[in-house]
Amino acid sequence: MEYTNLAYVLAAVLFILGIKKLSSPKTARSGNTIASIGMLIAIIATVTSFDLLDFKLIAIGMIIGAIIGATFAIRVEMTQMPQMVAIFNGFGGGASALVAAAEFFSKYGTAEQTTFLTGTIILSIFVGTLTLTGSFIAFGKLQGFVSGQPIVFPGQQILNGLLALSLIAMGAYVTMGSGQEMNMFYGVILVAAILGITLTIPIGGADMPVVISLLNSYSGVAAAATGFVLMNNGLIISGALVGASGLILTNIMCKGMNRSLANVIFGAVGLEQESGGGEAKQISIKSSTTDEAAMILDAADKVIVVPGYGLAVAQAQHAVREVAEQLESMGKKVLYAIHPVAGRMPGHMNVLLAEANVPYELLMDLDQINPEFEDCDVAIVLGANDVVNPAARHDTSSPIYGMPILDVDKSRTVIVNKRTMNPGFAGIQNELFGFDNTVMVFGDAKEMLTTLHKDLKEL
Amino acid sequence: MDIINILTVFILAIFVGFEIITKVPPTLHTPLMSGSNAISGIAIVGAIIATKVGGEIGTWLGLIAVIFATINCVGGFMVTDRMLKMFKRK
Repeated sequence: MEYTNLAYVLAAVLFILGIKKLSSPKTARSGNTIASIGMLIAIIATVTSFDLLDFKLIAIGMIIGAIIGATFAIRVEMTQMPQMVAIFNGFGGGASALVAAAEFFSKYGTAEQTTFLTGTIILSIFVGTLTLTGSFIAFGKLQGFVSGQPIVFPGQQILNGLLALSLIAMGAYVTMGSGQEMNMFYGVILVAAILGITLTIPIGGADMPVVISLLNSYSGVAAAATGFVLMNNGLIISGALVGASGLILTNIMCKGMNRSLANVIFGAVGLEQESGGGEAKQISIKSSTTDEAAMILDAADKVIVVPGYGLAVAQAQHAVREVAEQLESMGKKVLYAIHPVAGRMPGHMNVLLAEANVPYELLMDLDQINPEFEDCDVAIVLGANDVVNPAARHDTSSPIYGMPILDVDKSRTVIVNKRTMNPGFAGIQNELFGFDNTVMVFGDAKEMLTTLHKDLKEL
Repeated sequence: MDIINILTVFILAIFVGFEIITKVPPTLHTPLMSGSNAISGIAIVGAIIATKVGGEIGTWLGLIAVIFATINCVGGFMVTDRMLKMFKRK
C-alpha cells in the first residue's frame, strides 16, 4: 500500500507540473502529456496494488470508456467544445458519485460505517449527481436538444429551495442515523438529480460559459469528496486542483459579464429583456459596402479585429485570417481583440482562431488590447455586439452598465459587420452603430470577408 | 491516515491550484478546462478500488464508474492535445 500512495503523490506532482506548463502556449502541449503520464502512473499503481482484482472486468470497462472518449475527442468540432466539456464534466461527477455509492453499499451496517464516512459519501453523491444531471442539461442546451431559452415557471425558486432543504435533511438523517435509512439514501440521489436539472434549466444560452465553468468546478469537488471517502490523497489533490480551476474560470466569466454568480444562476437573463430597452432611442447609421471598407483599410496602418461569436456561427474564422494576412502583406499591423465572453466557454474564441491558423501572439485579451485602440486606425467588429457597446461605460440605466468592454469606439474608424440590426444577447440597441466614426457593413460575416479580401487584392 | 492530515493535503492543494491556475493565460482557458476535465478522471482510481472491495453491487457500480472515468481521461487528454497542437506561432 505504501508504494501506491507514493505513486499517487507522483501523479499529483505531474498534474501540477502539467498545469504549470499551461502558462504558455509553447510548453502547453508537453504539459498535457506530462499530466497524462501522471494519470497512467496512478492507474497502474492502483491496478497492481490489489490482489484478486478482476482484471478482465476492469479492462473491459477501460476499453469501452477509451473508445467512447477517443471517438468524442477525434470527432468533436471546435465550435462544439463547450458541449463536450459539459458532458465530460457530467461523466466525471457521475463516476465520483458511483464510487461513493459503491462504498456506501459495501460499508452499510458494518462497524466501518463512521459518521465521517457516511457524511463524505453523502456529499460526494450529492455533488456528483447534481453535476451529472446539470451537465447533461447544459449539454442539451448547447447542442440544441433542449431550448437555449431560460425555462422558468412560477415558484421555481421556492421549489429549488425546498429540494435543497429536503436534501440537507435527508443527508443529515442518513449521516446521523443507524439502520433504517436506505430509502433516505435513495432519496438523496433522486433529489440531487432533480436539483441538477431544475438549477440548470432557468439559465439562458448566453450564460452557459459560467455554468460550464461552475460544473467543471463541481466535478473537481465531487472527486475530492470521493477522495475523503476513500482517504485517498490522489483523488483529493486532483479534485482540489480541478475545483480551484473551475472556480477561477467561473469568476473570470462572471467578471466578463459584470454579473454576480447568484445573478447568473437565479436571474434567468434573456427572458424579461423587453422591458430593458424601453425608450429605444432612434439611431441613424451609415451603411456601407465592402469596397468602401477596403479603401478605409488601405489608408490604415494599424488594424484591430474584434471577433464575436457571430463570426464562429458564420464559420468565418478562415476568411478573417485571409483578410488579416492580406492586410499584413500590405504592410499593416493587425491584432485581434478577444473579450473574455467572446465564445461559448472560457478561451473558446482563441481555440476557434487557432484552428484557423491565426498565430496566438496576435490574440490579445481585454487588458492588453484596450490601450491599443487609442492609436488604432480601423477596428473591424465581426459579429460582436454587447462587448463593444460604449453604453457599458457611461449609461447607468443600461442592463450591461459596468461590464468590461473593448473600447473600439476610440479607434479612428470602426467597421461593424452584422447580419441585421437585431440587438445582441442583452437585448439592447448599441449606440456605437450610430457614432460618427462607425460604418456598418451588413451581411453574412463569411461572405462579407471573402468579398472584402477580393476588394483588398484589387485595390 | 487521519482526518486532519488529509484535510491539510486538501487545503494545501487548493492553494497550489489557485497559484498555478491564475498563471494560465486566457488564450489557453479552453484547453485548461478540458485538461482539468481529464484530471478529474482520477476518479478512475476509486472506481477500480470499488470493483474489488464493494461486493457485488460495488463491482457493477465500479464498472460503470470505470467506463465514465476512462471517457474523461482518454477523451480529455486527447482533445486537449488536439487543441494545443493548433496553437502556432507566426
